[in-house]
Amino acid sequence: MPIMIGPPHYEQMLHPVIKKNYGKWLYHEHVKPGVIKHVSETGDEVYTVRAAIPKIISVDFVRMLCDIADRYSDGYVKFTSRHAVEFIITDKNKIDPLIKELESKGMPVGGTGKSYKPIVHTIGWNHCHTAVIDAPGLAKAISDGLFEYFKRNDLPAKLKIAIACCLNMCGAVHCSDIAIVGMHRKPPVVDDEIVAKFCEIPTTVASCPTLAIKPKVLPDGKRSVEINPERCMYCGNCYTVCPGLNIINPKYDCLSLWVGGKVPNARSPPMYSRLVIPYLPNNPPRWPETVEAIKKIVKAWIENAREDERIGEWIERIGWEKFFKITGIPFTDKHIDDFIFSIRDFRTTTQFKF
Amino acid sequence: MVSKTPLLDELKKGPWPGFVQEYEKMAAKKEIAKRMLNQLELSYRDKRTYWKHGGAVTVKGYGGGVIGRYSAIPEVGPPAGCHTFRVAQPAAWFYKTDALRTVCDVWEKYGSGLMNLHGSTGDIILLGAPSEVLQQCFDELSSKGFDLGGSGSDIRSLSCCMGPALCEWSCFDTLDVYHTLTMEFQDWIHRPAFPYKFKIKISGCPNDCVASLARADLAIIGTWRDEIQIDQEAVREYAKAGVDIKAITERCPTRCMEWDGKELKINNEDCTRCMYCINKMPKALRPGKERGATILLGGKATILQTAMLGWVIVPFMKIEKPYTELIDLIKRIVTWWDENARTRERVAELIYRVGMRVFLKAVGLPAVPQMVFRPRNNPYYFWAPEELEEVK
Repeated sequence: MPIMIGPPHYEQMLHPVIKKNYGKWLYHEHVKPGVIKHVSETGDEVYTVRAAIPKIISVDFVRMLCDIADRYSDGYVKFTSRHAVEFIITDKNKIDPLIKELESKGMPVGGTGKSYKPIVHTIGWNHCHTAVIDAPGLAKAISDGLFEYFKRNDLPAKLKIAIACCLNMCGAVHCSDIAIVGMHRKPPVVDDEIVAKFCEIPTTVASCPTLAIKPKVLPDGKRSVEINPERCMYCGNCYTVCPGLNIINPKYDCLSLWVGGKVPNARSPPMYSRLVIPYLPNNPPRWPETVEAIKKIVKAWIENAREDERIGEWIERIGWEKFFKITGIPFTDKHIDDFIFSIRDFRTTTQFKF
Repeated sequence: MVSKTPLLDELKKGPWPGFVQEYEKMAAKKEIAKRMLNQLELSYRDKRTYWKHGGAVTVKGYGGGVIGRYSAIPEVGPPAGCHTFRVAQPAAWFYKTDALRTVCDVWEKYGSGLMNLHGSTGDIILLGAPSEVLQQCFDELSSKGFDLGGSGSDIRSLSCCMGPALCEWSCFDTLDVYHTLTMEFQDWIHRPAFPYKFKIKISGCPNDCVASLARADLAIIGTWRDEIQIDQEAVREYAKAGVDIKAITERCPTRCMEWDGKELKINNEDCTRCMYCINKMPKALRPGKERGATILLGGKATILQTAMLGWVIVPFMKIEKPYTELIDLIKRIVTWWDENARTRERVAELIYRVGMRVFLKAVGLPAVPQMVFRPRNNPYYFWAPEELEEVK
């Protein structure tokens, strides 16, 4: 068996028309929701048709995508950084039949331009040991709730949502228009037996960013740790390095909602998402409170933002104090940062709105 | 027949494509998929995960690429391991269907048949392989042209935007840089030997479609340093078609544009290359001709100290084959981080701890004003002994 061969070379994966026009594209334009036209300096034109797919798919589903690609896009298919599927079409007469076929198979076409994009999210209870919430299920529920915005091109700007099931944030949600993070609200419970058996004490102690963990020696001489609950901020980093510090607590775990981040440099520089709702109940299978909260924020943005303003750009223009007023979301002491980088957000001017 | 998964059935409703149906397809054929589904239903009932910590699971010759996963309730869930393969994706996620079918066939033979296209980092994710098939599954994937991606404390699989393959804004060949760096760093990707993870992402222009600035320790983002290319006729056509050019110039963050109804003028000296006007008028405006990339360091999610966005460390670098300058810089950075970081300390946190001054000196980069929004406002700066010697 060969090892360390690396990924297949991309040239094997490119449609001949892509190879021919590689680096020669002149411009692209939005044709309609889900369809983008690309024009090359060689005179060639291709169309991208974008559709949403579930995050977790079966091999049968992938084979179905391949069958569709064989019939419409010469046996080539691509995926986007937000996990949508795209078919590159050289014959524009095939666009509408392709859309019809994709939609008949449950894959809505859209998500281009100023629309709601597929959620980037983590794997949750489906396959992770630290997940507080189930991102795939929550993403499905939110996307059903925002479905009307997917096949549009008339929102103020793009709308990108991300979900991270816990503070590890594998979904890197910290720069999304709207982000959900699964949160703990109680310190880990120490299981001395597991700590003694599986955990390296110095690594576990060092893993705590607030120095809340101290080593301790049990009466039988075995080594474990103790946690100062006053200092613990429930990040769960210690649980990642030591399975004896269980921080999962279904009775208290919850969701938090963050708003206003963006990544592109277009107009304003990239921005972090900011805490808007510190607690939402962890309420599977469809998390109705969270879906409603998001719909309310999206609606306020659509009604109030100017053209081309992402949610964060809109809020920065009107001021966060006004955002809380418009949305009616209560502002609490939890919204004011009290960790190590906090003061950069404190207001140092008498300029603000009532 | 009464459904065994009434809670998950709720997720089969609604217009957005659902994943529960995907489980059901595989559950009909594969016991492991059925058990994954049944375990998930219990998670929905009890509002908690039923997966345990992984432990060291891998294949011969590798340290990373397989993530160990065991059920906490093996009487319901998979009893003998249910591990994840990260499989390195071809650049920018372009596929020929026969290659994808190959992955499907191997995966159905050995694993649950459930997968992601793709994981957050970019790999093909194969979810749920029992311990005893890991080596065979890998052997067959690798004999058919696919390799593992990164996991654990290694260089994670890179990712890149579609670049010159399908986008006119790309300032260098993102796919080729992705593939070249991935091949250059094979050992670092497959053998976790670092303090923590290190991510590299590659975007062809400042729109940053792979979110490298937020998500990668090292972001390579295309840019240019001459004038935006303007096709005045195409600008006038946009105006005729009803596009409000004046409004676009007013939304320009540096107000470096003027439109008099006939001609669009750009003061390129003041332009910060944000892409906004180009995004609005792709037929009329294009990035300049002297192209390269800005290199930013330190992007990461919150764990541990805070979320960080990448910091400019090289304002402009030409990105041309064989990419020697870029590769050498990455090697110097990774080696310095490896030698100086504490366990689970990302490169941004290391720089925050020891200071940018120490970092710049160690990797041999000059301090330039583009690195900061504004200079420091506290007086606690340091002098090296050699800087004081000239006083005598």
